[in-house]
Amino acid sequence: MTEAVDPTIVNVTVFVLAVFVGYHVVWNVTPALHTPLMSVTNAISSVVVVGAILAAGSSTAGYGPLIGAIAVALVAVNTFGGFLVTQRMLGMFKKKERKTGRK
Amino acid sequence: MSANLIAISYLVASVLFILSLKGLSHPLTARRGNVFGIAGMAIAVATTLAIAHRIDIALAMLGAGGVAGVVIARRVQMTQMPELVAAMHSLVGLAAVLIAIAVLGDPQAFSVEYPIPVGNRVELFIGTFVGAITFSGSVIAFGKLAGLGKYGRLFSSAPVTFKGQHFVNLALAFFMLGSGIVFTIESPAQQWPPFLMMTAIAFLLGVLIIIPIGGADMPVVISMLNSYSGWAAAGIGFSLNNSMLIIAGSLVGSSGAILSYIMCRAMNRSFFSVILGGFGGAEGAVAGGGRQTVNAGSAEDAAFLLANAESVVIVPGYGLAVGRAQHAVKEMTDKLTARGVNVRYAVHPVAGRMPGHMNVLLAEADVPYEQVVEMDDINSDFGSTDVAFVLGANDVVNPLAAQPGSPIYGMPILEVHKAKTVVVNKRSMAAGYAGVDNPLFYMDRTMMVFGDAKKVVEDIVKALE
Repeated sequence: MTEAVDPTIVNVTVFVLAVFVGYHVVWNVTPALHTPLMSVTNAISSVVVVGAILAAGSSTAGYGPLIGAIAVALVAVNTFGGFLVTQRMLGMFKKKERKTGRK
Repeated sequence: MSANLIAISYLVASVLFILSLKGLSHPLTARRGNVFGIAGMAIAVATTLAIAHRIDIALAMLGAGGVAGVVIARRVQMTQMPELVAAMHSLVGLAAVLIAIAVLGDPQAFSVEYPIPVGNRVELFIGTFVGAITFSGSVIAFGKLAGLGKYGRLFSSAPVTFKGQHFVNLALAFFMLGSGIVFTIESPAQQWPPFLMMTAIAFLLGVLIIIPIGGADMPVVISMLNSYSGWAAAGIGFSLNNSMLIIAGSLVGSSGAILSYIMCRAMNRSFFSVILGGFGGAEGAVAGGGRQTVNAGSAEDAAFLLANAESVVIVPGYGLAVGRAQHAVKEMTDKLTARGVNVRYAVHPVAGRMPGHMNVLLAEADVPYEQVVEMDDINSDFGSTDVAFVLGANDVVNPLAAQPGSPIYGMPILEVHKAKTVVVNKRSMAAGYAGVDNPLFYMDRTMMVFGDAKKVVEDIVKALE
């Protein structure tokens, strides 16, 4: 077997393993933090910005860069907003922990 | 930058994403987890900027979107989190569709072969339709959550149903799949019409899938769209042969799927019955009709009961958040704690409008998370609780859930009826979302305090002084 593996097979391998990891990691998330979980996964899914940056930066003429630019702007809202709002929420949980520590 | 170096940076980013979710296993490590997520994203974006042909446009757009994101993230109210999350899902979905269009127009810009191999086309097809459904579905969900019903019936929080709905959806789904198959086997010159057809149908399907789902099921819908947005990102990763996108997308996809499952289980509803819709819109048929009598009391009576108890469990429902009573409740708790009363909060998984929403609302009001107990951990304690104080919750404390034949039979509930005394605050005797009468209200040991949650709790605080 010397032929190269089809990229799709490699993709499927990565996908299956990632789903397993996701399944186990997420079941360990404490229910109290399910809302931050959702906002942080939202921010993480904005990693599609990578594809949008490539489109916006392609050297070819045409609508590709324009569409890419729109996509970058849309997803950047999540990239920044998602992590920031998560941090804000988690700060509320943290604050209490310090207060009770002082008591 | 060499291809290997790029792949390694993306791998580091992927690991950081996994660590960021892992951090959420405890409130103490959660903030560090979020920082890992930010670091992963920074590495991913920096690496991509380093390999792009030109970055001026991308940087400008990142700045523009970023500023908008920062402003929104700072201003949003915690009660509005469900709307915000729905809006953000829609952005990821739309971006996935746009990227797919760009890939199709110029595969080489993404290091994808031309003509695009069949495998990548299948992936592109999946990423696009999932993205399109995520986008339009999330827009509808946003409208329902933000209460935009008055601007259009599509956004009504009541289920929007019509005859033959499921048949129409099924037919559209087949038509969409058909277009997708034509797209994958057609020559590159002929690929646009089936692609656009498929995308248009997917947008329509997203709307049709979400409109029949009623307000009560929104926690499931948000979780489901969360999952879809992840699968859409993974689909784009497949078509670009980018492992990091696949990993990040799969993490999000499985997270959303697990949350959907948890929400369905907490409401004792099957996933399919939620999807098929038509539930949860009944505007509370007036229950009882004077058939049974309730013990009504005043805020002062409630204050007396609470002050003389040794242990109190507060059961907050969404009515509490709507009435913005969290801060008043926190004040009441402080007063009671100062008198030596042991006060805890019992949170049902579907209290609020998205998973974990009530925990965030309580945290915002400075309630220490140690006082907030999950359903499974507190149910055995109700028997030894002096006063259970139900604030704006109904179905999640309905003992009928244990009775075979009841519409909510099997739904896990907070067993407040086992407490020595139960105090219930409600605005009226209207039934909950499920439209089921609640025998808890008619028990001899139950005292009803009618009125707006915030007003009642403030009166209790006054009486405690």
